[in-house]
Amino acid sequence: MNNILNSYFVKTHKLEISITIIAIALFLIYFLGAPHVFTRFPIYRAFMQSMPFFGIIAISATFVVTLGEIDLSFPSIVGITSLTFGMLLTATDGNFFIAFLLATSLGMFAGLINGLLVTKIGIPSIVATIGTLFFWRGLVNVISQGSGIAIVDVADGTWHHTLFVEKLFGKIPAQFIWFIVLTALMQWVYRYHKFGNHIHFVGDNKASSQMMGINVDNVKIIAFVQLGFFSALAGIFTMYEMLYFWPTQGEGLMLTTLAAVFVGGTSVFGGRGTIFGTFIGVLIIGSLESGIVALGLSGFYVKFINGLMITVAVSIYAIIQRKKT
Amino acid sequence: MTEELLRLENIFKNFGAVKVLKDINIKINKGEVVALIGDNGAGKSTLIKVITGVHRPTSGKVFFNKNEVNIKSVAESRKMGIEAVYQERALCDQQELWRNIFAGREITNAFGFLDIKKQRKEAEKILRDYIGFTSKAITVDSTVMGLSGGEKQGVAFGRSLYFNSDLIVLDEPTMGLSIQETEKVLNFVKGLKQENKSAIFIDHNIIHVYGAADRFIILDRGEVVGEFKKDEISREELVQKMIQLHESGKIKVEA
Repeated sequence: MNNILNSYFVKTHKLEISITIIAIALFLIYFLGAPHVFTRFPIYRAFMQSMPFFGIIAISATFVVTLGEIDLSFPSIVGITSLTFGMLLTATDGNFFIAFLLATSLGMFAGLINGLLVTKIGIPSIVATIGTLFFWRGLVNVISQGSGIAIVDVADGTWHHTLFVEKLFGKIPAQFIWFIVLTALMQWVYRYHKFGNHIHFVGDNKASSQMMGINVDNVKIIAFVQLGFFSALAGIFTMYEMLYFWPTQGEGLMLTTLAAVFVGGTSVFGGRGTIFGTFIGVLIIGSLESGIVALGLSGFYVKFINGLMITVAVSIYAIIQRKKT
Repeated sequence: MTEELLRLENIFKNFGAVKVLKDINIKINKGEVVALIGDNGAGKSTLIKVITGVHRPTSGKVFFNKNEVNIKSVAESRKMGIEAVYQERALCDQQELWRNIFAGREITNAFGFLDIKKQRKEAEKILRDYIGFTSKAITVDSTVMGLSGGEKQGVAFGRSLYFNSDLIVLDEPTMGLSIQETEKVLNFVKGLKQENKSAIFIDHNIIHVYGAADRFIILDRGEVVGEFKKDEISREELVQKMIQLHESGKIKVEA
């Protein structure tokens, strides 16, 4: 036992191991407290259906948080890109390529603006993205005039609908498969691509990174741009699932998404983080609401227990970290 | 015999209205260690940042290996063979050594993914052969956080040797180090000469500077005010010069 605890893997993956134990414990509570729900498949299908919408963004946001930056504007980027997607899909009578290309491009453009505000103008990211949060949501309201867009006629039953949200074997929602694939890909980029490497260095120490020849501004800009892209993508997934755009789309994503990143163990100080942890964080945060209700507690407990989870998890990480230094 | 490596001609650097460097003309030969000395605010750090590509001069010319060059970034100066070793800023604390050594010039495949095996292998070689870390406590997987000041300097030096830099720029290399570690760093600087490599270094401690350098360039308020070869000046005289400079500065300020 001592051997296992002292092994290299355990030493370097304390965060990942802690978060996994927390998740297992949580699901064990669900399982024991509400066996009639958690021994059957539908609850898991519901999880797989809903988690990817904020999970994709959480994975992508892990890059920005590892930089020591934050992006609060993604809920509104989801809004503006979903609106664009809905408008174009209906206007072109279901031309997926045009709608997808322009919506994701707009997402990247919104990310680019965040990146430029932070690097070239020099506004702290928390402030800059509060600005763009209001800006993009405001634009959604102005353009949509408060009304929604139904895409059911141009999307339902199409190949792109199948590609995004159809149930594989009638059971597994396609968006969950995409979520897994993207998580694996992003994990790889995060740890083993030059870009992921630079994200860690810049988040760790900006001045040192500059001295070592890393283009700090570019790394930051690309991080915001990819978050813009994935926000758009998450919005498009949601659109296919709901077959409807509503002007508040994306609102309410902010706290769950960031909570998943922080519960997952990524440090707000930058330089350190884990995509796997964020993935588990998504499983935890995304299951709380249904889990709590299934346990027979009233819905009023959801936020309370959410808060408890976040506080306990980040306290554990802080303690682990303190021991290290 | 003495072959020129780096020459700066009429370098000026302004930060807005502040003239930090005023008409700097200096030359560094191959195999020579040059110390930049001067008070705080004399422009030493700015000067080496111009050389390493962190700052670009407002005007003036830089020659490297007798060719005029325009150093636009740290990556470019590194490619030319200029490597900086900064006391506090050479490495990133929370990252592993195998990542730190190659930061900014990773070994990657065509898609930009790191060749981890190769980076680890080369990092191991650097730790063992160039730095002489034999302790089991420091491996390529160690993060920089646990290293002492001297060990950090060692890693930065090892990195510059591995990448075969011609000119190594040292910013306060002995600051905050124990006597024993300082000794190691100074020995390393002396060792550079044997490989016909050059170094510029800044250090507040005249005793360290005097022991390691071949030539001294004194900066004061952005200008070169003195230049001495080691055989032209004794350590005591050099100290005396610095004190005079310091006092004359004070008198001027008071007047």
